[in-house]
Amino acid sequence: MKRFTAFNMTTLLLGFAFLYIPIIILVVFSFNESKLVTVWGGFSTKWYGELMNNQSIKDAAWVTAKVAFTSSTIATLLGTIAGLVMTKFGRFRGRTLFSGMIYAPMVMPEVIIGLSLLLMFVALSIDRGVMTVTLAHITFSMCYVAVVVQSRMSSYDDSINEAALDLGCTPFKTFFLITLPIILPAVISGWLLSFTLSLDDLVIASFTSGPGSTTLPMKIYSMVRLGVTPEINAVSTILVGLVAIGVVTGSFIGKKQKTN
Amino acid sequence: MNKIKGFRGIGRTAVIGIPYLWLSVLFLLPFLIVLKISFAEPIIAIPPYTSLLQWGDSFWPTIKASFDGYLFILEDSLYVNAYLSSLKIATISTLIALVVGYSIAYSIAKAPRRWRGVLLMLVILPFWTSFLIRVYAWIGILKTEGLLNLLLLSLGVIDKPLTIMNTDLAVYIGIVYSYLPFMILPLYANLEKMDFSLLEAAADLGCRPFKTFWTVTIPLSLPGILAGCFLVFIPVVGEFVIPDLLGGTQTLMIGKVLWLEFFNNRDWPLASAVAIILLAILIVPIMYYQKTQEKAIS
Repeated sequence: MKRFTAFNMTTLLLGFAFLYIPIIILVVFSFNESKLVTVWGGFSTKWYGELMNNQSIKDAAWVTAKVAFTSSTIATLLGTIAGLVMTKFGRFRGRTLFSGMIYAPMVMPEVIIGLSLLLMFVALSIDRGVMTVTLAHITFSMCYVAVVVQSRMSSYDDSINEAALDLGCTPFKTFFLITLPIILPAVISGWLLSFTLSLDDLVIASFTSGPGSTTLPMKIYSMVRLGVTPEINAVSTILVGLVAIGVVTGSFIGKKQKTN
Repeated sequence: MNKIKGFRGIGRTAVIGIPYLWLSVLFLLPFLIVLKISFAEPIIAIPPYTSLLQWGDSFWPTIKASFDGYLFILEDSLYVNAYLSSLKIATISTLIALVVGYSIAYSIAKAPRRWRGVLLMLVILPFWTSFLIRVYAWIGILKTEGLLNLLLLSLGVIDKPLTIMNTDLAVYIGIVYSYLPFMILPLYANLEKMDFSLLEAAADLGCRPFKTFWTVTIPLSLPGILAGCFLVFIPVVGEFVIPDLLGGTQTLMIGKVLWLEFFNNRDWPLASAVAIILLAILIVPIMYYQKTQEKAIS
């Protein structure tokens, strides 16, 4: 019964072809000499050169980098705390609401989250800009971090914490010396996940950004609306490459932690 | 569910309080404001909606709630159709994603142990890649002078190019493609833990493979199926990017309607009412998802 059959092999080949062929085509045509995205005109890196001269793309990339770095770092901090609260704090008043606020943003349509945050910023007369996009990104990213940390904590052996506390370690110190090193791979993958979520987000950023805080996905979106160009393929290829490096490094860190 | 010994009193409250306060202010409060604005009337001002509380001559403000937005949505067939069409598109694409995702997850679970890590990584990699870029990648493939038509024409399968771009079909392809990893991951997590000796037992007792699959494998993997379906269905109902970039003018989805109402028509109360009704439709699936997820983790 538990045999890897030819049917399974075919399924996997077709499945991965479906998942990867569009991305491969996108990457290949970023090196196309021709301006037409579907006609091959020879190998060229000129579109990457064009990117380097495009100030608005560079500005957008810088905004995105700032937002992604800040939001993922704060989201990891808050999300880790939330993950601990969900697993190790037993019952407390409002726990159901708390877990609702952790899980709901992960499935809630982005247009609703974006609209509601924007209306709140307007109601509180907070000027929209890099700060508001960062706040929005922290909010949804921290929920993902919380779930990653939570699933790691559910298999956590409490007796080591108890041992540390019995030996006179303070709860604060126990966390930093015992708990954190053990759950660190989960925290790191939470950070990486937050970083890519922030890097990707178009809808929520469109609602919460203001003048001068156009993010890279917003810039790409407005370019796509005007038509398909090899320049978009080039910027996409760079992003895909960065994410691939990040994911492979992240899983490498995780594996190394496991074998140690 | 053991409590961490040691965190008590003020320390405990502070640790719970920080993320609690953050989410209350940046997730819960915004919804209350949307709810409030959905009962306002649009005006040409900054901000472009009327206040709910009107201070007249008396000491107490009078509440001036308007149901115009909601009535307008319920009376105008455009909005009703957009909700129905979103639910239809989300249901069909969830089912397609389930069939495709189940076959892939099942095959990974049956693959030799040393392959599984790499195979799972191959599923996760596109999931980390930008959503917008993955949707964009399909434009070059599906458009009339795109690669799919070029390939089919040169193979002689078709005589004239197919129109896929700007139709519902393109939207389905885009949704299944973009959300497939969300379906595969919970299914795989479930199938990986499955005891395959149960399938052997069924086979030994004379059950046919097809029947075994329906009566043993599928019921055992039901939690994974439900988690995957919710993870795809709920966000797809409010999807904006895919219908906007791949769908045509006749592709009605409520996420796109909300976006246009807000950014193009600048009718904030109406956009808020659209969001509140959408939320009302999705609140039950969202709560159910939360309950099952929490149970799965603890």
